[in-house]
Formats: sequence, C-alpha cells, structure tokens
Amino acid sequence: MTVAIRPDVDAPAEPWRGFAGRGWRDRIDVRDFIRATRTPYEGGPEFLACPTERTLAVWHKVSALFPEERRKGILDADTATPSTITSHAPGYIDRDRELIVGLQTDAPLKRAIMPNGGLRMVENGLKAYGYEPDPFVTEVFGTYRKTHNDGVFDAYTPAMRAARKAGIITGLPDAYGRGRIIGDYRRVALYGTDRLIEAKRAERARLDEQPSTPDVIRDREELAEQIRALGELTRMAASYGCDVSRPAGTAHEAVQWLYLGFLAAVKEQNGAAMSLGRTSTFLDVYLQRDLDEGRIDESRAQELIDDFVIKLRIVRFLRTPEYDALFSGDPTWVTESIGGIGTDGRPLVTRTSFRFLQTLYNLGPAPEPNLTVLWSPRLPEGFKRFCAQVSIDTSSIQYESDDLMRPRTGDDTAIACCVSAMAVGRQMQFFGARVNLAKALLYAINGGRDEMSGEQVAPATPALTGEYLDYGELSAAYDRMLDWLAGTYVDALNVIHYMHDKYAYERLEMALHDYPVHRFMACGIAGLSVAADSLSAVRYGRVKVVRDETGLAVDYETEGGFPTYGNNDDRADTLAVDLVESFMAKVREHPAYRDAEHTQSVLTITSNVVYGKHTGNTPDGRRAGQPFAPGANPMNGRDRHGVVASALSVAKLPYEAARDGISLTSTVTPEGLGHDPAERAPNLAGILDAYMSAGGFHMNVNVLNRATLEDAMEHPEKYPELTIRVSGYAVNFVRLTREQQLDVISRTFHEAL
Amino acid sequence: MSGTAAPAVTGRIHSWDLSTGVDGPGTRFVLFVSGCPLRCLYCANPDTWHMRDGRQASVDEVMTEIGKYRDFVTTAGGGVTVTGGEPLLQPEFTGSVLRRCKEAGLHTALDTSGFLGARASDALLADTDLVLLDIKSFDIGTYRRLTGAGLAPTLTFATRLDRLGVPVHIRYVLVPGWTDDPAAVDALGAFLAGLGNVDRVDVLPFHKLGAHKYDALGIGFPLRDTPVPAPELTERVREQFREHGLRAL
Repeated sequence: MTVAIRPDVDAPAEPWRGFAGRGWRDRIDVRDFIRATRTPYEGGPEFLACPTERTLAVWHKVSALFPEERRKGILDADTATPSTITSHAPGYIDRDRELIVGLQTDAPLKRAIMPNGGLRMVENGLKAYGYEPDPFVTEVFGTYRKTHNDGVFDAYTPAMRAARKAGIITGLPDAYGRGRIIGDYRRVALYGTDRLIEAKRAERARLDEQPSTPDVIRDREELAEQIRALGELTRMAASYGCDVSRPAGTAHEAVQWLYLGFLAAVKEQNGAAMSLGRTSTFLDVYLQRDLDEGRIDESRAQELIDDFVIKLRIVRFLRTPEYDALFSGDPTWVTESIGGIGTDGRPLVTRTSFRFLQTLYNLGPAPEPNLTVLWSPRLPEGFKRFCAQVSIDTSSIQYESDDLMRPRTGDDTAIACCVSAMAVGRQMQFFGARVNLAKALLYAINGGRDEMSGEQVAPATPALTGEYLDYGELSAAYDRMLDWLAGTYVDALNVIHYMHDKYAYERLEMALHDYPVHRFMACGIAGLSVAADSLSAVRYGRVKVVRDETGLAVDYETEGGFPTYGNNDDRADTLAVDLVESFMAKVREHPAYRDAEHTQSVLTITSNVVYGKHTGNTPDGRRAGQPFAPGANPMNGRDRHGVVASALSVAKLPYEAARDGISLTSTVTPEGLGHDPAERAPNLAGILDAYMSAGGFHMNVNVLNRATLEDAMEHPEKYPELTIRVSGYAVNFVRLTREQQLDVISRTFHEAL
Repeated sequence: MSGTAAPAVTGRIHSWDLSTGVDGPGTRFVLFVSGCPLRCLYCANPDTWHMRDGRQASVDEVMTEIGKYRDFVTTAGGGVTVTGGEPLLQPEFTGSVLRRCKEAGLHTALDTSGFLGARASDALLADTDLVLLDIKSFDIGTYRRLTGAGLAPTLTFATRLDRLGVPVHIRYVLVPGWTDDPAAVDALGAFLAGLGNVDRVDVLPFHKLGAHKYDALGIGFPLRDTPVPAPELTERVREQFREHGLRAL
C-alpha cells in the first residue's frame, strides 16, 4: 500500500510542516500520525473559551428553525432528488458567517430521500409528513432500480418472515440503511483525496493479479465504487470552494475537510447510526500547530469546533414516525469518541477533547453529536473531573471502558452508534439489531407458539405441560429454543447484509477504510433482565402456569421470593451471565456472511418499550406489554440497593461474550452524588473509576430530578433542550412519547443513589 | 478473617445500601442497624426504631456483603458507614464491624446521635476514621421535645471526640419551627467552633420522604403538617454556622 508522497504545490503552506513521525507519511495510517504528533493535556478546563457572537448568531439562526420542525415532524423535504454525494447544490445556514460549510441538501434541515435502502421507507416517510412521493422516483425505483429492501424480501425464508413478524427477531435493517460503519473521515484532512485515490488504486491493482472468483470480482467492483465516491467527494467539496484533493494545510481546513468527508457519507447513506469516529485529538494536532504559529487564538480554535458541532447537530434523515417512535425522536448517532489512553501509556486526551465537551456549554445541551468518553481510571484527573462536571450539568455524555477496548480493538477505537467498538478505518460491522430473549423463553414454554398470537412461529416442540414450571425442564427447552433462534437470526442477517452490499453499498465510508477490512457480525439481545429474573423465579420460587383454552401459557402465578438481577446477588446475576455466554456461543456456530467475526450487544436503545409491548406476561411477574429494562439494566424497581449494586451486577456480564457492547443507563439526582455540590464531580468520577475497574463496559449518566422530568412532561415548551441518556444514546426528553417519558421516570430513580 | 477464634458476634440489622457523598466521603457501603433510643419527631426511618424488628446477622455475614463492595468503594474514594437506628445501641457488634473494616483497609464512618456515646470504647473510636454526629438541637428543652431524651450526653461525646482527635462532620436537620431558632443555631455554632475536630456542618433540610413508612407501620407521623424549610431559611442557617468559621453545606 506504500504510495509515494506527491509534493503539494497548491497548498498555502507545506501541509505537513512541523508534524513529527515517519510511518504515516509512507502509508495511510492516521493512528500512527496521532501517536507521533499529539500533545497530551493534563490540565483542567481553565483555558476554554466562550462562544463568539458569530458562533451564537449562526447557532441561533438554525436553532430558530427547530420549533417549526418539531411541530411539523420535518421542516422540509426534497422529494424529487435521490440523494448522492453530488446531488444537491451547496446549502448554507448563514453564508457570510459560517466557518465550516456544507449541508446535506441545499437548505438546513431539508431532508433528502435515499431510496437505495428501500422505496417504501421513503414513500411512507414522505406521506407521513404530508408530502407526495415524486412519481418519477417511484417509477425508477419501483421499476428499473431494485432496492436493498426488495432484495432482502426476495431472499427471506418463511421462517425468517415469521420470526420477524412475531417480533422475536426485531429491528432488522432490512428496509433502511444499516449504518454503524465509521469512515475514517480524518484521512480526507490528512492526505487529501488524490492520495487516497492513489492508495485505493494500488489496492485494486493487487487484486487485478488474482483470478476472477466471485469474491474477487465483488471486491474489484467495490474498490471501483470507492474510487468513484472519492472523486464525487472532491467535486462536492469543490462546489463549496474547498479543494480536498490536497491535504489540509491549516486547522480550519482540517476541520472543514474532515466534515466534508462525513457530509459525503450522510448525503448518500441513511444509516441507522452514522457515527463520526474519533476526531478530536486528531484535530488537536492542527489546532495546536495553528496556535503555535500564531495563526489562531483559543477563541478561534473553539469557534471552529463549535461550528463543526453545529453541523453535526443538524444531520437529518427522512424516516417514518414508527421508526422515530422505536428510537425516540430522530436519532442519527453521530457518535464522537473522546479521550482514552494510548498503547504507549500516554493519554489521548488533548485540549480539543475539552473543546468538544465545551460545545455543550457554548451551544447548550444536545443529544447530537453523541459525545462518548473512553474512560480509564488512568485518564488525567483534570479531564475526569471536567467530564463528570459536564455530565452533572448536561446529562449529555456517555462513558465506555477504554481499558476493555484497547487490548482488543486498539487505541484508535471509536464507538459506532452507542456501544459498538471498532478500530477506525480498519474494522467495520454488519449491524444486526437484536433478538428478544424474553419472548424466546415464552416460546420455550409454549413449544414455539407465540404467546400473544397463538401462532406457531418456531418449529413445534413439546410444550411444557406441568402445573408448575420445572427449572430443569424449562432450561433444557429454552436452550433448544435459543439454538433455533440463533440459527434463524444469523441466517436472516446474512441475507440482509448480502443485499445491502449489493444494492446500498457504503462506497464513500468504505473508501475511508483499509482493504481488506475486518468485519464484525454484530448480533444483539434484548430482554436479558426479564429472562434472567424469570429463570430465577422458576429456580428459586415456584411458578404456576395459567393456560388458556388452547393450552397456551398466557400467565404465571409466582409464589415465594426469588433473587433478581441487579442486586449484586450471584444467584440471579449468574443466570444473566450464562444467558449472554450461551447465546454468544450459539450465534458463533453459524457461519457469517463474508467471514465476519460474530459479536453481540446487550443494548436496546429505547426500543425496550416496544419490545415490552409485544411480549406477553413473563414468569418474573412482569405484565404483558410492560416495557423491558433498557439494555443490560435490571428491571425497573427490582434493583433495591441502589445504582452501585445494580452496576456491579451489570459489570459481571463478560465483555468477551458481548464485544458489541453492554449498555447500562443510570439516573441519579444531583443530591445523590453528594450533599456538597463541590464533591459531586469527583464523586461521579470515582464511581466511573470503580465501575470500569470492576469490569463495567458502559454507563449512561443522567443527573436530574424527578420533578424536572414531570414538569417537562407537562410543559415541554419550557424544556426544548432537556437531554437525558437512554441506553447508549441521548434523546430530547420532550420528543419522547408519553409512554417513554413515563418509563424513564418510573425507572429506578436513585434518590439516594 | 482475623486469626483468633473469637465467639461469633452478632447484631440486629435493618438493611444495607450504597450511597455517594451523603454518609461520609465518596461512595460508601452503608449498614443500617436496628434499634434507637431516641424518637425524633422527624425521623425518616421509623422502621429502624426497634432492635426486635431487625434481622439477626453475624459480623462475618456483614463482612461478606461488604467484601463484595470493597474494591468499588475504595476505588470510588469511599468506605463503610455504620448508621441506623443507633449503632451505639449495639456497641460490641458495631465495634467489631468497624474493626474488621479497618483491618480490611477500608475508611470507616460512624453515624450517631451521640446519646449513647459513653458506650463507645476508645478502641471503637480508634477504629473510626470519621464520626457523623447528629446534633438535633442545641436547646435543651427543644432537644428533649424533639427526641424524648437529653442533650448532655451528645455534647459530652462531642468534646471527647475532640480530645481523641477523631474527625467529625456535624449533621443538623433543619425543621421549621423546631430547629430554626437563630439563637439556638448561633449557640451551637459557637460550641462547634470551640472544638478542633469539626471539618464541616451539613445543614439538612427536613423532608417527608419517610412519611409512607409511618403509614405502613400504622403510626402517626408527627410532623406530617410541618413544612419543609424554604431555601432562604436553609441558607440563613448555613450562613450562621459560617459566621463561626465553620464550613457549612
């Protein structure tokens, strides 16, 4: 992959002037660049700058559009132009004032259509908001151009369709973009597209020497598409007056080039999660150089980041109201991973790590970009305290264990979506949504019949017929049911990702990856705590079955107490651990498309509400329709010893068997972090240190009062910016459905932690 | 386990919990023991009044539970707090727990009204890194009406802690009409300022979150109709303590 350096005659100054290191010059290697050039920062937030009037003017201009957007659902849509990297003329918020330019369409918040994923999603999305689908688009994508969605349904088997319809396998990316692929957008800034194209051509040339097997043909075609996409990126950037064919020469250019790379991705892909990667410390190298050269001051450095973040906050996709209900609002998961420690033992925290977090003060709290701190007890104290203070003030950041990820995915790991770790530019994943483990337990009891519809969904097995459930019998039946589920699930994912590669390939994002790339098959489980508690009820209590006239078990009467997951009690926690390990093992038995490495997540985002709605009464006493706990959380109200005991239960789930992430959402009141306000940030930092040291992977931290949330339900207009973290993601509270709002409030509110 | 084969000490406990920054520094394992000689009108934990209502537990059993949190609370800058009820109603049990925690390298705190301070041996206090001393009122008459007992033992205990050099955080529950008398607050401030071991004074606004417990126990909550203090009142009382050079929060 070695490519000679092309002298850059066009640049205002030698773009790599003053940068240390060698390896990254000879090959495409941003990690090596960061390793060689970064300036770790060990201090506190004292140096940070307030927003400038210019920043506030731009932000106020675009945020003034939010109320109308909220009222109408979407502000506007271009119904006639299927979006590509170059499909739309340049758009601006405020052309004279913007520092960082580029919009998805020709106007802010105006949504584009991306029918490659599925025409129906586009049409339903438009109709839901009062727009007529364009007849020409309908004709093209209904007649001449097949979509990902069409392909998947051509290849789905009846068993897959039945499992999908019943909701035992759910949230599958079969009608929309799969997302969760992080292009290494930093490459655009560091190398410029000419050099990237050159490197891709070299990769392609090596393939040309190989026999044309189906795999090689596909790879050649993909590389050709990648090269084409880089050319389109160059043209799109030129329409904004930016020459990204050459490396960025200043911090302003670096931020702009990087953003244009990301913009190209979100112009072409409506992925469920369109994450940004790990950009802050990369950008710090440029900001620091400009500061050292006297080109900019701190205020300007902050302005560039503020302006960049404004752009990241207004990424929009056209989706259906049902989709938004599932995921609570309109998430784009523009996840930015901040902090962490290098494998050289030095922190990856820089001043720009602080500058990104500072945007939550300068622009106010917001769910996007999804700011994610890669936490280690070894992080500099000043940074830890600042993160904790920002959490207390805004509830807008999440934490993931750098110490768990670094040995596995390296020190250039970024999070896609909520908790999915990948080495930037070297690894990608096939997003696989999740299966409903609680429903599967009911299927085991009912011999494969659905407890809500009575239909036979899984292959018929003998139903459990005893008056009381027998633990041995139940766990054997459950094990068999999970065998079936894992097989059907991986099989369905293989179909989905085959078709996504074929009809909605992420050309630009993959152009910003190495070739060949390491692929993960990211499976997932929901309903873990319900399943574990149900097993515990059967094992430690007595569970009587109530059956309807057809013999279908529809309810349970539980006698005697039983330990529940979430109290740091091994009796119950072991059941959850066993479930995670056993399902992971079952998933691994089924070969994955393109030899992807199987992983799984314990994550629901906010879909725990919908999964609960579609799941009948469970033996743990949960009523039909009642929401599940989010992610790996214990069931609401069953964690009786506070957030620490509950977190330690979650920390027992082995990351090795859930490499796609284990999500824990904790909500505390300010008083719950200490009577003395000055102690709250250090106390929260201490909790994070202790949780991660105990093997915990992820924690969302919400710091607020129940009264605040109740007031926000009644008076949403007073809280347009109220952000809370829900299972790996931050949402605007006022955009949740009432049902979800009540769920958040009733979720164990750790008044005294 | 310590090496000697001492007879198993047991106590009556109500429950355990974990808290952050409200029962001593950092995140702490908080052991609630059962039984209390006082009957404070505003008590938020009437379910801990009687030893007989508690569960019999051995020190070993308690230490096993604490052991599950040892690493966590240590890393989080915390430790163990014994509270209640009144921990000094069971001095042998409380002393054993504190001793075993010290042996395990944990920071220890004792939350007490001081009424039974005479029962705390010097050895017990040597195993206590911090005393959270609840002084309910500095007015003898109010103290008796509020708690049903006398103030003197608490003040004796406070001076003894000073003599022994045991660090103390004062807890002062602010109840409108009961503990907001400026003269009494001022007198308490003067007394505390004369001690050399008081690191801070926590002024805790009275709340009624324990009211449902009274309902569950079928007993009346005497302060059901008492208002919670206005923020201005809380601030005024804190300011009064600060005037004596105390760190009031």
